[in-house]
Amino acid sequence: MVEANTTVADLRTQFGNELTESSFRDNHRVHVPPEKALDVLTWLKEQRGFDMLVDITAVDYLEYPDATDRFHVIYLLLNMTTKERLIVKVPVNLPDAALPSVVPLWKGADWMEREVYDMFGIDFIGHPDLRRILMPEEFTTFPLRKDYPLKGFGERHNFPVLTRAES
Amino acid sequence: MPLELSEVSDPIAADQEYLWTLNFGPQHPATHTTLRLVLTLDGEKVVGAVPHIGYLHSGFEKLGEHLDFNQYVTIVDRMNYISPIANELSWHHTVEKLLGIEITPRCKYVRTIFGELMRLHDHLLNVGAVALDLGAFTAFLYAFQQREKIYDISEYASGQRFHSSYTRVGGVLFDVNNDWVEKVRKFVREFKPVHAELHRLLTRNRIFIDRTKGIGVLTPEDANNMSVTGPLARASGIVRDLRKDEPYLAYKDFDFKIVCARGGDCYSRYVVRMQEMLESIKIIEQAIENIPAGPINIDAVTDITLPAKPAVYRSIEGLIQHFEVLMPNRGFPVPLDEVYGATESPNGELGFYIVGDGTVRSYRARTRPPSYIHFAIFPHLIRGHSLSDVVAVLGSLNIIAAELDR
Repeated sequence: MVEANTTVADLRTQFGNELTESSFRDNHRVHVPPEKALDVLTWLKEQRGFDMLVDITAVDYLEYPDATDRFHVIYLLLNMTTKERLIVKVPVNLPDAALPSVVPLWKGADWMEREVYDMFGIDFIGHPDLRRILMPEEFTTFPLRKDYPLKGFGERHNFPVLTRAES
Repeated sequence: MPLELSEVSDPIAADQEYLWTLNFGPQHPATHTTLRLVLTLDGEKVVGAVPHIGYLHSGFEKLGEHLDFNQYVTIVDRMNYISPIANELSWHHTVEKLLGIEITPRCKYVRTIFGELMRLHDHLLNVGAVALDLGAFTAFLYAFQQREKIYDISEYASGQRFHSSYTRVGGVLFDVNNDWVEKVRKFVREFKPVHAELHRLLTRNRIFIDRTKGIGVLTPEDANNMSVTGPLARASGIVRDLRKDEPYLAYKDFDFKIVCARGGDCYSRYVVRMQEMLESIKIIEQAIENIPAGPINIDAVTDITLPAKPAVYRSIEGLIQHFEVLMPNRGFPVPLDEVYGATESPNGELGFYIVGDGTVRSYRARTRPPSYIHFAIFPHLIRGHSLSDVVAVLGSLNIIAAELDR
């Protein structure tokens, strides 16, 4: 796990000191401002061999104690040669929650970004096909946001009903 | 034979009038679960496939924010219901990582045995179902008979055959006894001849090979780029197994191999799964004879595990402990931090990203579901093959819709 620390140190010489790092158990995290996210991820893939994107997810910190940003988009990266893992956290805020898409870097990001968009309403600019994936097209809100109640807003009643003749 | 990809992915050809659209699913015997594919066909040749998912979406991750670490295990069970305990292991592995708990050696061994039994469970179903979709019914029945025995083993330990909800934070629901050990030994003994029979039925079967070899080829570069893990990645020649790379539970203690193949096609995936079953049996054989003595749960004074029922009924300390853990305003201390933990589930890397906010509920419980990530590569795999290969490729990916949609 010494490896991860040198990666973060190199990142900071490359992209400046706004990049902070933190770690917990065996997870190493680097916090990157949104405008530098794509550059950092590209650099990590091309210069540091993080050739696999394990997952993209997001967390809504609306009710979290001492949180400063509304969302964090979390990229879990893995270097398949050294088996090193690194977590890149990017803060995103409303009203225009958007990040550049990483589909050009990792094709696997396609459905992951679609799910984050579907659940949190974070746009990924440059994504080839950003549509809802798990929720129906008629859905208007984003269910994993913290201001969305567990039982929903009653959208189910507004869904169009197909009769047998129409189907 | 697969066609040249450049020939069919030509954008001008895709607009031709002779192309027709076929709706595959959501209810179709070969999808096994509820998912839908819109296929664009040129005669029998698939030139495009658009998956539509979400039919089984039931908001598991939202529920995870409202149930505590022990309650959510019943939901996790229902993700990949083909190998339920493998999901529980992964969930509680991550929870214990968040809380900083080291489980007892006995618990590690019991969980390892269940982890491997679940691998057999999943691979048996997959091998059987692939054979069934391609017209070989016998192999399916042989595989299912063995799955019944694994159900019995899990019923004996947890009280439930299917959704066992067996693990708990810091331990498991019930300790195992000698009868259970004997049951597992008997299963291992009886499994090997059946496995050999499956081999004889399928591995050199001319029809099976014709239907699977060279179909749905995934190159190692694409596998990495598309986040593919587990048996699918290993069938493409990627040497990656979390049991070896990031050893958890008791996997460090056992002698086993990572099974890989170079083909990357449906046949290689079948071969990898068949061989992995033998490796799993090897692990179970070593583990079952060496289960350490001692407590299965971590010490109850740490406020994390539930005390044993006799202690609750017969002593005031046990009763207090029971309420300390269960009452909503008590519970155990949870750090204000977040952690990603993953295990090698039968389908690939199953990970959880848990954010703790100091309460006994997770603030966010993200699942990294292997089925979801593997289904995303389906359009890439099927392009250029014929319509009848759809079921072969779909089967070899082992898509479990409950895990796909959560």
